[in-house]
Amino acid sequence: MKFMSASRVTALLAVWLANTLFAPAQAQLVIDVTGAGASRIPIAIAEFSGDRVVSQALTSVVRSDLERSGLFKLIDLTTPVGAGDTPPYADLKARGADAVLGGSVSPVADGRYETRLLLADVPKQTAIATQSYAHTSGQLRATAHRISDFVYSKLTGEPGIFSTRIAYIVKTGKRYELQVADADGANSQSALASNEPIISPVWSPDGSKLAYVSFEAKKPVIYVHDLATGRRHVAANFKGSNSAPAWSPDGLQLAVVLTKDGGSQIFLVGADGSGLRRLATSPGIDTEPRFSPDGASIYFSSDRGGSPQIYRVGVSGGAAERITFDGSYNVSPRISPDGKSMAYITRVGSLYRVALMDLSTKQVQILTDSAKDESPSFAPNGRMIVYATEVNGKGVLAAVSVDGRVKQRLQSAQSADVREPAWAPFNR
Amino acid sequence: MRNVFIVSAVIFSLAGCGSQPPAPEQSPAGVESATPSEVVTQPVANVVPPPFDAMSPAALKDPRSPLSKRIVYFDLDSYVVKDEYQSLLSAHSKFLAANPKMKMLIQGNSDERGSREYNLALAQKRADAVKKSLALLGAKDDQMEAVSLGEEKPVCVEQTEACWAKNRRAEMLYSGE
Repeated sequence: MKFMSASRVTALLAVWLANTLFAPAQAQLVIDVTGAGASRIPIAIAEFSGDRVVSQALTSVVRSDLERSGLFKLIDLTTPVGAGDTPPYADLKARGADAVLGGSVSPVADGRYETRLLLADVPKQTAIATQSYAHTSGQLRATAHRISDFVYSKLTGEPGIFSTRIAYIVKTGKRYELQVADADGANSQSALASNEPIISPVWSPDGSKLAYVSFEAKKPVIYVHDLATGRRHVAANFKGSNSAPAWSPDGLQLAVVLTKDGGSQIFLVGADGSGLRRLATSPGIDTEPRFSPDGASIYFSSDRGGSPQIYRVGVSGGAAERITFDGSYNVSPRISPDGKSMAYITRVGSLYRVALMDLSTKQVQILTDSAKDESPSFAPNGRMIVYATEVNGKGVLAAVSVDGRVKQRLQSAQSADVREPAWAPFNR
Repeated sequence: MRNVFIVSAVIFSLAGCGSQPPAPEQSPAGVESATPSEVVTQPVANVVPPPFDAMSPAALKDPRSPLSKRIVYFDLDSYVVKDEYQSLLSAHSKFLAANPKMKMLIQGNSDERGSREYNLALAQKRADAVKKSLALLGAKDDQMEAVSLGEEKPVCVEQTEACWAKNRRAEMLYSGE
């Protein structure tokens, strides 16, 4: 092809706009998908009618969101479909599409746009739902993620996670940064930078704050950081080490690990730093506490039985119950949002992998085949788990679906180590 | 160069496998002349080191003193101080007892595999174990502080067991170091 067609130029322009104008200049995480779900829903995402640049910026993000989820198979459709149009059902059916998404973009006052959607069932030739969004050109990515969430929830029956965010630590040379990015890796922003390690970020249940451990005072101290204002306060700075914060589901308390009385032991403290009570006592290591979603119990790792294993204790204390038995190293418990399963890190031979346990049957599935996995974190819909791993000696983030089928890798363009991911709750 | 010697030595000893008596194993192969080279001796002026005082702070940096050794290494997942470190810890403990104004910072470390938080706790236990050993051997509790650096400060970054073993350590630092 000697000349680019006008539409190809427009498409490239839209991709360029989406990638540069509407995202900051910082290096982004780029997601590679290395697996797909067992049965993917075939969907055609048409270009929307109206402003082509806006339409293509929106649809390119929606397409990559849905494709990346591993639950959709994209069917090509070259003709635009407006919100009020009848989609070319016969053609779409012939190419195997089950659903089609179309839309219309119209400029309204003050440089704002109104985007109306049509999601239709191809075999039934009927509309499934319509929806409209008012947005500026600066909100294209955010609007596209909301459209993806809408389509995902209508077609899978579960809430989508495309509008959520992920916090993680980037280590570049001797510099540590706590960053927050969109779930697709775009729009990364730095919340904190330090020349000493930052570890263990955890989101408050309302998604407005992060608790984390910073070594900036030459020892581990727990901070609570409000993301909107950038203000933060010390939540635990006792003699010795202060680490492994976890939020209670009501956001009022933190479970923390302190060495003030010798050994690493679990305490509960108010999120404002007030009040302190010891939760459990062991002669060895107790660490990595996590609340169950109902707030009634705390899961943690401990070597009280001779090797690192996961235990559970009631929030008011009492006897701890051992949860993991297979293998000599099971750590980093994370309870799924529905409370039914637990992701954790297990050592298989000398390999550290993400495992998932059904808490009622105690059945375990190893979800990854990598060597140095750490820090699993559930997406708020419970469908995916993001974790840190290592590829060619470099720290990267990866994600796996809870059935182990869909695998994603979030590649950083920087020559930096990315680690300690924490998936934010749904926006409220 | 060392490799050349080894290869030559192997050839030399293979050659010696015949009917002739075996060549001495220590023979430096590749040296042509069998006659010893001329040796000149001369007196060296006063390089005798000062008398060695095991309890003086100068001993901390003296390579002849066990106090110049500061690292205790640990097995995977373990915070048990191995018996081989008893004499080293005994020397440091005696030194602390003899120098009550000296303070020691014990930094525990782990290799980078597995959970970062668990490693922070494990490395704390390693530092605590060294502190406890020193206290049992006579050092005062308030002379020592045990802290954890977790897996954050590796001395070796290669992906080998030898390298991980170097990172599973507790380091003893004296005040002012």
